[in-house]
Amino acid sequence: MSPDSSSTSGSTAGPPASPDDSGSSSSDPQYPLESRKIPRSKRLSALSLWRLRSYLRPYLGRLALIWVSAILGIGAGIAIPLVGKEIIDGPIARRDPGALVPLGLLALALGVVEAFLTYLRRWHQSHPVLGLETAIRDDLYRHLQRLPMSFHGEWQSGQLLSRATTDLSTIRRFFGFGLLFLVMNILQLITVTVVLLNMYWPLGLLVAASAAPIIVISLRFERRYMRISRQVQDEQGDLATLVEEAALGIRTIRAFGRRRHVYETYDESARKVHATSMDKVVLASRFFTFLEVIPNVTLGLVLLLGALAVGSGALTLGTLVAFTTLMLSLVWPIASLGYILAMGQEAITAADRVTEVLDTPPAIVDGAAVIPEPRGHLRFEGVEFRFPGAERPVLHDVWLDVRPGETVAVVGATGSGKTTLTALVPRLMDVTGGRVTIDGYDVRDLSLAQLRSVVATAFEEPTLFSMSVRENLTLGRRDATEREMREAIEVAQAGFVYDLPWGLDTRIGEQGMSLSGGQRQRLALARAVLSKPKILVLDDTLSALDVETEALVEEALKHVLREATGMVVAHRASTVLLADKVALLRDGTITHVGTHQELLAEVPEYRELLAQDADLDDLDPEGALR
Amino acid sequence: MSTEGTTTTATTGVTDESQESRRWRGVAAEDRDELPEKVSLLLRARSRRLLGDLLRPHRGQITLLVVIIVVSNAAGLSIPFLVKVGIDSGIPPMLAGSGAGALLLIVAAILGAALAQAFTRRVFLKLSGRIGQDILLELRRRVFDHFQRLSLSFHEKYTSGRVISRLTSDVEAIAELLQSGFDSLVTAVLTLFGTAVLLLVLDVHLGLAALVPLPVLYLFTRWFRRESGVVYRRTREAVALVIVHFVESMTGIRAVQAFRREPRNQEIFEELDESYRAANMRGMRLVALFMPGIKLIGNVTVATVLLYGGWLAFRDEVTVGVLAAFLLYLRQFYEPMQEISQFYNTLQSAGAALEKLSGVLEERPLVAEPEHPVPLERPRGEVRFQDVAFSYVPDVPILRRLTLTIPAGQTVAVVGATGAGKTTLAKLIARFYDPTEGRVLLDGVPLPDLDEATLRRAVVMVTQENFLFTGTVAENIRFGRPEASMAEVMAAAEAIGAHEFISGLPEGYETQVGKRGGRMSAGQRQLVAFARAFLADPAVLILDEATSSLDVPSERLLQRALRTILADRTALIIAHRLSTVEIAERVLVMDGGRVVEDGPPDALIAGEGRFAGLHRAWLDSLA
Repeated sequence: MSPDSSSTSGSTAGPPASPDDSGSSSSDPQYPLESRKIPRSKRLSALSLWRLRSYLRPYLGRLALIWVSAILGIGAGIAIPLVGKEIIDGPIARRDPGALVPLGLLALALGVVEAFLTYLRRWHQSHPVLGLETAIRDDLYRHLQRLPMSFHGEWQSGQLLSRATTDLSTIRRFFGFGLLFLVMNILQLITVTVVLLNMYWPLGLLVAASAAPIIVISLRFERRYMRISRQVQDEQGDLATLVEEAALGIRTIRAFGRRRHVYETYDESARKVHATSMDKVVLASRFFTFLEVIPNVTLGLVLLLGALAVGSGALTLGTLVAFTTLMLSLVWPIASLGYILAMGQEAITAADRVTEVLDTPPAIVDGAAVIPEPRGHLRFEGVEFRFPGAERPVLHDVWLDVRPGETVAVVGATGSGKTTLTALVPRLMDVTGGRVTIDGYDVRDLSLAQLRSVVATAFEEPTLFSMSVRENLTLGRRDATEREMREAIEVAQAGFVYDLPWGLDTRIGEQGMSLSGGQRQRLALARAVLSKPKILVLDDTLSALDVETEALVEEALKHVLREATGMVVAHRASTVLLADKVALLRDGTITHVGTHQELLAEVPEYRELLAQDADLDDLDPEGALR
Repeated sequence: MSTEGTTTTATTGVTDESQESRRWRGVAAEDRDELPEKVSLLLRARSRRLLGDLLRPHRGQITLLVVIIVVSNAAGLSIPFLVKVGIDSGIPPMLAGSGAGALLLIVAAILGAALAQAFTRRVFLKLSGRIGQDILLELRRRVFDHFQRLSLSFHEKYTSGRVISRLTSDVEAIAELLQSGFDSLVTAVLTLFGTAVLLLVLDVHLGLAALVPLPVLYLFTRWFRRESGVVYRRTREAVALVIVHFVESMTGIRAVQAFRREPRNQEIFEELDESYRAANMRGMRLVALFMPGIKLIGNVTVATVLLYGGWLAFRDEVTVGVLAAFLLYLRQFYEPMQEISQFYNTLQSAGAALEKLSGVLEERPLVAEPEHPVPLERPRGEVRFQDVAFSYVPDVPILRRLTLTIPAGQTVAVVGATGAGKTTLAKLIARFYDPTEGRVLLDGVPLPDLDEATLRRAVVMVTQENFLFTGTVAENIRFGRPEASMAEVMAAAEAIGAHEFISGLPEGYETQVGKRGGRMSAGQRQLVAFARAFLADPAVLILDEATSSLDVPSERLLQRALRTILADRTALIIAHRLSTVEIAERVLVMDGGRVVEDGPPDALIAGEGRFAGLHRAWLDSLA
């Protein structure tokens, strides 16, 4: 299950652009940032696409209606030129005005019926098509929310998004239009050919023969066109990466004055896109020309041979006229065959990509046990954690006992596994050996709902959603009262939220007010405090605060931590002082547990990590060997 | 309570935001719903200007293009006419026994017309494709370059997300128009007029009868265009919300799961998804009305022509050939009409994209380059602030009348609480902004008089952001001085204590750093950024919280290195933690946009001022 970065974009509006695709096709979202790569040598099977059919089950009645009206519509469309033939051969040729009006009215009626059937088909089509798309998207989202961190760590959100948008649109378009038109066009092709052969078989044969090269060439063209379109998309993806870097790295570029350099890299890539796009233009121009010239040439030949046949009395004039009209009605069904097949291929790929996600089993499953009265006794018992496929474990033989109400600080160098350790408690990841217990219960046996209400975490890189402050704060507890919110804000020194333009209703996050790193951390802290956990995990939550604010927050936290079991990841001595004891994490295991003073006195590595006064030694060479 | 919180911000927030943020958006129009008439006129004028600008270099080619497409369409339109001539004038002589000469001639003419159309069409597609791609390339270049020139103040407000979508989805919307829309529009319009004229020429009465539905067609299309405009916007808005919610849930999945947010998220998502579905549904239903509507008009016309034409033919007022030609023409007439419905969305999104892009291109960089730059051969690094005041928004001063001289070679530490103005001070020296009042001088030259290359060679700023570009470690270090040799790159890394960790990477200096340096820890990224700055060898080096991500041992190593690195250059160090300050010769304590203490660290510590207090608190925290 490796996350391929492939995403065949659904907006490959391969020609000939079907006038029958929904008007909303060009408004399909495209996530610009994901580089799209071609899934090479992947054997496509329509199996995953076929599986999705169950989403259409609620719409069986409508689907039947759609198909019936589609088929009847074809019939009406073919009948109209035939009525024209009767008019020319009957009333006009035989000077019989009586039949003119009924035949004319018949043509009118057929015209109205055809339009009405088209309307019926399209109107009802919107239900199953959009219902399918929306239902799959909701299911996908639900499933993704259940998948564990290990999954999300491997998949970029852009890759997931392209599945939820572009791929689903592709599937929608295939089920909504591609499939229908594939069948309809083939049906029309056969019927019209039979009708033509029936009218005058030599000419019918000629038309059928002229269709062959179009089919062959448009199939071949579609394949080449798809390949080159993907290449353009790939190159556009590379270009988008450069744009992204240039936008995000603007300060660095500016600071070093490297505008030229960055521009040249971009320009080179843009010119590549230009060149490939031109190849695509040339290819398309050749194909379209061909597509138009064959029917016209055939028309000329039909006229010539038809006239000869009329001359010899083998064909009536009316038949000749009907023949030409019907013949031209074949151009679009034939030419679109390649396009529709390509669309089907894309839908298959898209369905594969969607089911790949839907089929990933949620590794973290809900337990059944519920702790009657949680006290918050946290224990790590011989815990090991190893990323899937990794050779060495990140954590091994971790033993730690944190009694209710106690606070432990976890100290370790970068990469020693501190964040992983904290993630094991609320089961954002599961241990691969040993166990983590709360009040004696293995966390894997507990109901996730209870576990995650007992444990609250404030992360170093806090996540804010593009929603109101209130919604962001009450993430873990939607029933929190105003008073509780005030208190939590107070503890986290996050009073700045009241000064935002709309107070707690102000939208923050990417799409709203932007907050500083320190402000974000304080909000994340308030969020964790608000959920009144028995176990509070702080993953280096105070790193972006200035010294004075940090001191204030720490002071307030002391009160909170008195009532809860605490696990605090710390870089600075001041944070460590919040804790009753310190666990030193080194190379993936806890080597020492003790008070700050004890470790400072006894463990050189700890001194090395935390004692900043070593700096003072540097400044004062004489005192270096104190 | 909280439910209402989201929904109201999600819906009304859009307008609030756009109103609130109009000031910084300047003349640009971003995702606004309904624009007041005046504004939209202005926008159209601005877009037109940009369009004209882009098309101007291709005037000659476009003229040629027009000629070609007229020829091509004429050839195409002549075919049904020739069929008519064939039926009316080719067949009778043959029936009369005078041979197929006339018929052969006509068939030859049809083949000739078909080939002529094919040839011109191919030239047209190629040429118009080339023009389109050239315009696109030009647009890409222009917008990219312009973004790179715009001041940081612009970027801070505009956000990188918008920059990215301008250069990706907006440019692509225009590409779409150029690739498919232009062709189908021109073809549709020419076919429409050509056919109308030909029908009238073939037979005035029957022609008029066939054209009677035209006003209906026009009104119907206009109605559709309006409606689909509304639907289109609504769909865009709905999908944007779906995307934002989806992406944020996935990037923030850790918080989502840790706080049991899933049910509420699902609720919100399904609601958003439903409104997206509804918008799409409306769009599809609109098309479900429009397409059959066009078909109905077309079919009624065909029936009319059959009926009326049949009667005329019966009375020998038109020939069967004319009737046949009419039937063929009517096919050609209504098909492009259906394509127009497709085209309109393309046109609309391209129009919106063009408006946004033209808005960006009209932004002027606030920090402009000088017309007559003053050369600065060997910058010494003396920095002077003369009566400098600065504010981001009027009446909220960040710096108040600051006068300060930093002699060349001095290492200065700046301390103070968040919001005291430390970073602003640094940004002014790096000329990310120009002061609102007063001036900043480097070696006695006001910064606005230096061209960018000179200034950037002299002044480099390292922040805690440490942006790494996709590529190898070596490439990222070399970003500081692209012409540096590998030995110099390694020397720079060695000097700041990064050599060891880089050598330990799988491929050493040639290791790919991954997207935005994702394969490295924050501390490692910071070290690479340091090496980059050191390699650039500036006369003035600014470190803004540049060591915050390092763990204590690395920071200590770096401190040691800094003393040699900073020895022969001017340095400004900003830090929350006082450990960094220890290597400074001079300390500035800032508060509320003013320098409140200024002196050598020892003197300040010995005194009773703020710094002494801060220092004591810091020592205590180390306990």
